[in-house]
Amino acid sequence: MLSIKNLKAGIDGKEILKGINLEIGAGEVHAIMGPNGSGKSTLSSVLAGRTDYEVTGGEVLFNGKNLLELNPEERAREGLFLAFQYPVEIPGVSTINFLKTAIAEIREYKGLPALEAKDFLKMVKEKQALVELKGSLASRAVNEGFSGGEKKRNEIFQMAMLEPTLAILDETDSGLDIDALRVVANGVNKLRSSTRSFVVITHYQRLLDYIVPDFVHVLFEGRIVKSGDKELAMELEKKGYGELTR
Amino acid sequence: MGFLGPLRKRAMDAFLKQGLPGRKSEEYKYSNPEKLFRGASIKPESLGLESVNFNVSGLEKKPSVLDLKKLDKALQAFEIKGVSENRVVLVNGVYIQELSALPDMPEGVLICSLAGALTDYRSLLEKHFSKYADVEADPFIALNTAYAGDGLFMRVAEGVTVGKTIHILNVITDEASALLNKRNLILLERSAEVDVVESTVVVSEEVNVGRNVVNELSELILDEQSRLRFYRMQQDCEGLNLISTVQVLQKASSHFDTHTITLSGDWMRNNLNIVVDAERCETHLNGLYITRGIQHVDNHTLVDQRKPNCESNQLYKGILADKSTGVFNGKIFVRRDAQKINAYQSSKTILLSDDATVNTKPQLEIYANDVKCSHGSSTGHLDEEAMFYLRSRGLSEESAKRMLLYAFASDVVDTIRIEPLRAYANDLISKQLDFDIKK
Ligand SMILES: Nc1ncnc2c1ncn2[C@@H]1O[C@H](COP(=O)(O)OP(=O)(O)O)[C@@H](O)[C@H]1O
Repeated sequence: MLSIKNLKAGIDGKEILKGINLEIGAGEVHAIMGPNGSGKSTLSSVLAGRTDYEVTGGEVLFNGKNLLELNPEERAREGLFLAFQYPVEIPGVSTINFLKTAIAEIREYKGLPALEAKDFLKMVKEKQALVELKGSLASRAVNEGFSGGEKKRNEIFQMAMLEPTLAILDETDSGLDIDALRVVANGVNKLRSSTRSFVVITHYQRLLDYIVPDFVHVLFEGRIVKSGDKELAMELEKKGYGELTR
Repeated sequence: MGFLGPLRKRAMDAFLKQGLPGRKSEEYKYSNPEKLFRGASIKPESLGLESVNFNVSGLEKKPSVLDLKKLDKALQAFEIKGVSENRVVLVNGVYIQELSALPDMPEGVLICSLAGALTDYRSLLEKHFSKYADVEADPFIALNTAYAGDGLFMRVAEGVTVGKTIHILNVITDEASALLNKRNLILLERSAEVDVVESTVVVSEEVNVGRNVVNELSELILDEQSRLRFYRMQQDCEGLNLISTVQVLQKASSHFDTHTITLSGDWMRNNLNIVVDAERCETHLNGLYITRGIQHVDNHTLVDQRKPNCESNQLYKGILADKSTGVFNGKIFVRRDAQKINAYQSSKTILLSDDATVNTKPQLEIYANDVKCSHGSSTGHLDEEAMFYLRSRGLSEESAKRMLLYAFASDVVDTIRIEPLRAYANDLISKQLDFDIKK
C-alpha cells in the first residue's frame, strides 16, 4: 500500500528526515513513536503534501503511484487522509459544506457517479454517530469554538466520510482526556478493515492501549531506529526513549 | 430660482477656494482625482454657472423615445426579482418617468425628480436641500451643489412604512457629459420606514474607459424613530470614474443600515458621512469591495457621534486581485457630550496578488470618557493553513480558494436584510470570484 524508501526531507536547508524506510501493507496499523523533535510531524506533513517542506531524497509509492509528485488534493483523492495535530479553524465554512464539495470532486476524480443529496445526508448521520459528534457541530464553521476533543472527533468524522485507504493520525491523542480519547479510538477501531491501513503517530503509549497496532516504530533524529510489535510500545513506556535511542 | 441661485454661487466659490484635491490633500491622498481630469476637456472653472439650472434642460439630456426602448431592454439585465418591482430609473441623473414603476407605494410616499420637486415641493427643498452636505467640507460636495442638474427626490411621510423595497437604477450612458453631477434627496419623516437599493450601472455601446467622471451626492435625512436601509450596489460599471457621497443625518432613535458593495468601476471613491445628532440611534455600515485589473476603490467613512446612548457597527471587507488598489479610511468621532456610545469598526482585506495594495486607516477620535469603542483591521493573503487543510481533504485548489473567499465575503453579504437582494448579491459575488480564481 505505502512504501517509503530512504526518504529525506527538511526545511530551510535543515535536514529533518534523514532516510526513512517503511513498508505498510493493506489493513495494517503502524504506530510511529518518538521523542519530541524527532521528525514525526514532519513525516506526516511530507506525506500529506505540505509545501513548506522540501524533499531532498528517496521515494514514496502509494498504491504504486509516486506520491511525492501529487499535490495534496490528488493524494487525498488517491485515498490518503491526514488527521491534523492542530486542526485549523475556518470561519464561515462548515464541515458539511466543504465535505460535500470534497466528496463530489473525489468521486469525479475516480469516475464515480455523483452522490445524491439524501445519500450524503444519510452518510453524515451515520458517521456522526460513529464518533459521537453532535449534528450541530458539523454544520458550524470548521473547528471554530470547538473544544480540543470536538476538534479531534471532527477529524475522525471527516476521515469516516472520506473513506481513505491510508489514514495518518498525527498525535490525535494530544490534548484529549481519557473519555475523549476512548471515543476517538473507538471511531478509529470501527473503521479498521482489511483494505484500510493506519499510521498512528504518538508520543505516548496511552493511545495504543485503545488502538492496538500491528507494528511499532521508533523515530529518532529523523531515522527509524527500531521496529517491533506492540510489545515495543510497552517497553518504551517502561524504559523511556533514552535507552532505545542510545 | 429663489434660494438656489445664491446657493450655487456660494458652492462655486467654495469649490474654487478648495480646488480639486491633489496629492497634498489629506482626504484624497491615496485617491488623487487630478488624474481623472488631466487632459480631459473638463475644466470646472470654465463651465458656465449661469447655464445650469435645476431643470432637465440643463446639462443632461433626456434620452429619445428610441433610446428609451433600447434602455428598457438593456435594463432588464439588472432587474432583481423581489426588489425591482418598484423601481425608479435615473439616466445620467435624469429621472425617467417612462421607465419607472411604483405600483405598491402607500399614501404618503412622494417620489419624483429633484428638478420637478423644486416647483412642486419647494418648501421641503428649501428646508432640506444642501443643509447637510457642507460645501466647505469637500470640493466634490461643492462642485455637485454648484452644478447638479437632476436626481431623485423621495419623501416618506410621518408614520408610513413602505412595505416594498424601492430600487433606484442609476444608469450612466455614453451620452453622459464628461463631468456629471447628480443629486438625491431622501427624507424620512418621524417613524417612517423604507428600504432602498441603488444600483449603479453603465449602459454603453463601447467601453469608455476613463472618460466619464460622475460626481453624485445623496442627502439622507432620518427623522425621529425612522428607519432606513440603504444599499449601494456598484456593479457593471466598467469605465466609470465615480465619486459617490452619501451624507446622512440621524435624529433621535433612528436606525440607519447601509451597505456599499463595489464589484466594478475603474476609479471609485465612496464617501459616507453620517452625523448622529441625537440619542438612542443605531447605525450599521457595511462594505464589500472586490477588485481586479487596475481598479481603484476607496471607501471613506465618517461616523460623527454627537449625542449620548448610540451604537454604531462597521464592517468593511475587500478582496483585491491583480494590480488593483484599495483604500479604507474609517473615522469615528465621539464628541465630548456623547457618553455611553458603543462604536465598533472592523476592516479586513485579502490580497490575491503580490501586486495588489490596500491602505487602511482607522481613525478613532474620542472626546467622551464613558464609551466603548474598538477597531481592528487586518490585511493579508489567503490563509495558507486553511488552504492546505481543505486541499488535504480532496478539494481542488480552486474550490478551496472559492470557499474561503466566499466565506470571507459572506460576513458582509449575510447582513443584508432584504432576502432577494442578498441572494442576488451572493450570485454576483460568486460569479466575480469564479472569474478571479480561474485566472
Ligand atoms: N517549520 C519548521 N521550521 C523550522 N524547523 C522545523 C519546522 N518544523 C519542524 N522543525 C524542526 O524539525 C525537527 C522535527 O520536528 P517535528 O517533525 O515537529 O518533530 P515531532 O513531531 O517528532 O515533535 C525539530 O527539530 C523542529 O524544530
